[in-house]
This record gives sequence, structure tokens and C-alpha cells, in this order.
Amino acid sequence: MKRNKVWIAGFTAALATAVILLVAGSSSARANDQPAGANAEVKIDNFVFGPQTITVRVGTTVTWTNKDDIPHTVVSTEGVFKSKVRDTDETFSYTFDKAGTYPYFCSVHPKMTGKVVVQ
Amino acid sequence: MTEQNHDRIDQKLQDLNNDGVDRRGFLKCMAWAGTGLVWTLSGGIPVSRAFAKGGKSSGKGGDFSFVQISDSHIGFNKPANPDVTATLQTAINKINALPHKPDFIIHTGDLTQLSKPSEFDTLDQALKGATAKQIYFVPGEHDMLSDNGDEYLHRFGKDTKGCGWYSFDHKGVHFVGLVNVANLKAGGMGSLGHDQLEWLEGDLKGRSASTPVVLFAHIPLWTVYPDWGWGTDDSEQALSYVKRFGSVTVLNGHIHQVMQKIEGKVSFHTAMSTAFPQPAPGTAPSAGPMKVPADQLQRVLGITDVNYLVSGRSLAVVDSTLADSASPTSRNGAGLVEADSVSA
Repeated sequence: MKRNKVWIAGFTAALATAVILLVAGSSSARANDQPAGANAEVKIDNFVFGPQTITVRVGTTVTWTNKDDIPHTVVSTEGVFKSKVRDTDETFSYTFDKAGTYPYFCSVHPKMTGKVVVQ
Repeated sequence: MTEQNHDRIDQKLQDLNNDGVDRRGFLKCMAWAGTGLVWTLSGGIPVSRAFAKGGKSSGKGGDFSFVQISDSHIGFNKPANPDVTATLQTAINKINALPHKPDFIIHTGDLTQLSKPSEFDTLDQALKGATAKQIYFVPGEHDMLSDNGDEYLHRFGKDTKGCGWYSFDHKGVHFVGLVNVANLKAGGMGSLGHDQLEWLEGDLKGRSASTPVVLFAHIPLWTVYPDWGWGTDDSEQALSYVKRFGSVTVLNGHIHQVMQKIEGKVSFHTAMSTAFPQPAPGTAPSAGPMKVPADQLQRVLGITDVNYLVSGRSLAVVDSTLADSASPTSRNGAGLVEADSVSA
């Protein structure tokens, strides 16, 4: 009898552990497989995109905010996205559905460059 | 003029002719010539002799003047200048008050802040008050913000090619308006592009080398400060086409401060803005609008008076700020030097 109880306890513990691991595992899988509304921010300040390179997961929406006194644009060098001109405090957002590297620049001040890395 | 101003302007003059005469010494020579207000460069040789011979007044067959203004940024309303239309109006009043009437005005771009129709309209309205009725434009990058510059071209593109380049002749001087703010590439500076360069080569071909040439474009056609994009990637090719001419003047804007350089027979000049100043290269985190105390604003905005003298086949370029008042004895307003402060 005692042996049965020990066995059941052990089995239950193992099962519980397995369930916990499975749940933990599946929540990270969810972020990878579905656009789960993850957000990232890039600030435009002093003619610089900050951070200059940002790495995000597939499905993330990146929002650029212009904090300069001068308008800027956010334009993909490969033609993937292109913002209208953004004046002070205006924003531009783009959702990255495909993994890859997306270099971009400000078409008004082309020395300003940045990169979005989507994994 | 204060010592401080002398030093500031001395720093901005990037080239000396290696003849042992510095800028202050040069101006003393000019004072002797009876002007003290206008300095002229023709292949690096001061043309004071021309002044002594021909006297100060224009109207001597073929002599004329025009004014360069730049970077009015109509639509800008941030602390660096909450009312750019008012400072543009001050500039226009100053032009209208010049003792000699300019034949025309050249605006070297960034007419507007955001290429909005209402901004272009406001500019038009203000310029209607200029007594000089002929105004030539080239666009700045702020004028290209609406679908490849459609709004700008719609208003100012008549008789131009491509994104708005063109040339014209006036009393024997050949003027070329260039566009170096279109199709800019990531990481680059200003750009003229192959089509425009090809057109420019053809436009200049066959013209006599004694024809004075004036090129005007928004972004400087020489490399002022590459980190801030203050230069044009393919300007070397354009400048190679004008190398053979005896007198070449390049007028630019974009950097919102006066900077000058002489290279052989080519004189480069950038104008102040009528809207807001920008920092000197590398002196601030970025090239953005520079705030100054409100009572100083008029001293860092200005116009450029350009005088062409047939006798010297040269153009004299004189900058003055909106704070300088035209005095009855001066020819072109305050200019760079006040006559009574320069002794021979």
C-alpha cells in the first residue's frame, strides 16, 4: 500500500512538472507564431533614430515618434514601407510580419539611417 | 562692427589666397579704394581698381544687382522662430529699401516647411510685396515632401526640366538653377543625378569662357560638413563643367549661415536663412534649428546682395542681417563692414 502512494505522488509530481513546462513552452510558441500585439518604439531625436538598430520578433509593430523640431520620414531602402512626412510628435507605425533585416532612412535627411531586425 | 563679429566672420571665410593679405588687411585696401562696403573677388584679385575708375554707382551699362534669400521655411512655428512669415516680411522690406533696385531675387530653397499648399500661398502673398517682381526659385528638401515635389513643380516648374532645373541669361551673365534635393539615397548627401548633369554639360557647352556663370542650388555644392549631410555627392562633376569659365559664383542655402570659399575662379557662398539659424558645423548634437535670445534673432537672419560689375566681370557678394539698417551713405546697407570702422 505504501508503495502505491509513493508511486502516485511521484507520478503526480512528474505530471505537474510536465504540465507547467508545457504551458511555459507554449506561451513562447504563441509569441512566435501569432502577431500577439507586441510593440517596440524608435525615437527620432537630434536627427538620429534611437535605437539605430532594433531587434524584434515577427509580428511586432514598431512605432517611430519624431521628437525633433524638424519633420522627418521613415523610408525602407527596399521599398517595404514609407511614411508620410512626420512633423514634431507625429508617429509612424509598421507591423513586421516577416523575418528579415529592414534597413531604412529619412528621405529628407538621408544621413539618418536605421535598421529593424525581425526574428 | 565689434571685434567679436570680425572674428566670427573671419572663421567662416575658409580660404585665403596665400598672398599674405588676410581678410582684415584686404578690407583696409578696399576702404582705400573708396568703398569699404563691397568686396569683390575676381580670380582672387581684388578689383578695387575697377571701383576707383568707374565710381560707385551702377547704371554703367550692364552693371546690375540681384538679391539672394533662402530658407524661409514658411509653416515653421517652433521656439527658434514662432513667426517666420514676419521675419520674411522684414527681409522683403529690407530688399525694397536697398538704395539700388535689384533686378530680381533668387530664393535658394526651403521655401516652405512641409510643402503644404497653404505654406506656398503664404510665401506668394509675402513676395507680392517685393518691388522686384521677378523671382527665381530652386527647391529645398522641405519643398519636396508632397509626392516627389509635385506641389513645388506645379507652382514653379514652368519652363524647367526634370525636378525643376533651368538656366537663363541676364545682361550677359549666365544663371543656372540646379536641384540637388531629389531622389536622395540612404546615407548620402545632396545629389544632382545623371540626367541633370548631362543637361548641365550641354547647357554650358559652347559658351564663351568669359561669360560669368552663376550656379544656384539649395544644398551646398561643396562639402561643408559631411556628417550633417552638408554637401552634394556628385557636385565634382558639375564643377568640372564650369572650370574653364573666368568667373563662377555658386550660391547655396540649406545651412542657415554664411559660409564662403574660393577655389581658383569659383566663389562659393551660402546665405543666412530668413527663418532661423543653425549651429556652426559640429558645435551642436545636430543641425536642427538653433534657439537664440529673441532680441538676437534678427542678427542671425539675413539677405545677400550681389552686384555684378561689367568692368571687372565679377560679382560682389554682400551679406547683411535683418538687424542691419540701410544708412544713406552706404551702398548696399551695412554689408560686412561699416566704412567708419575701417581705417586705411
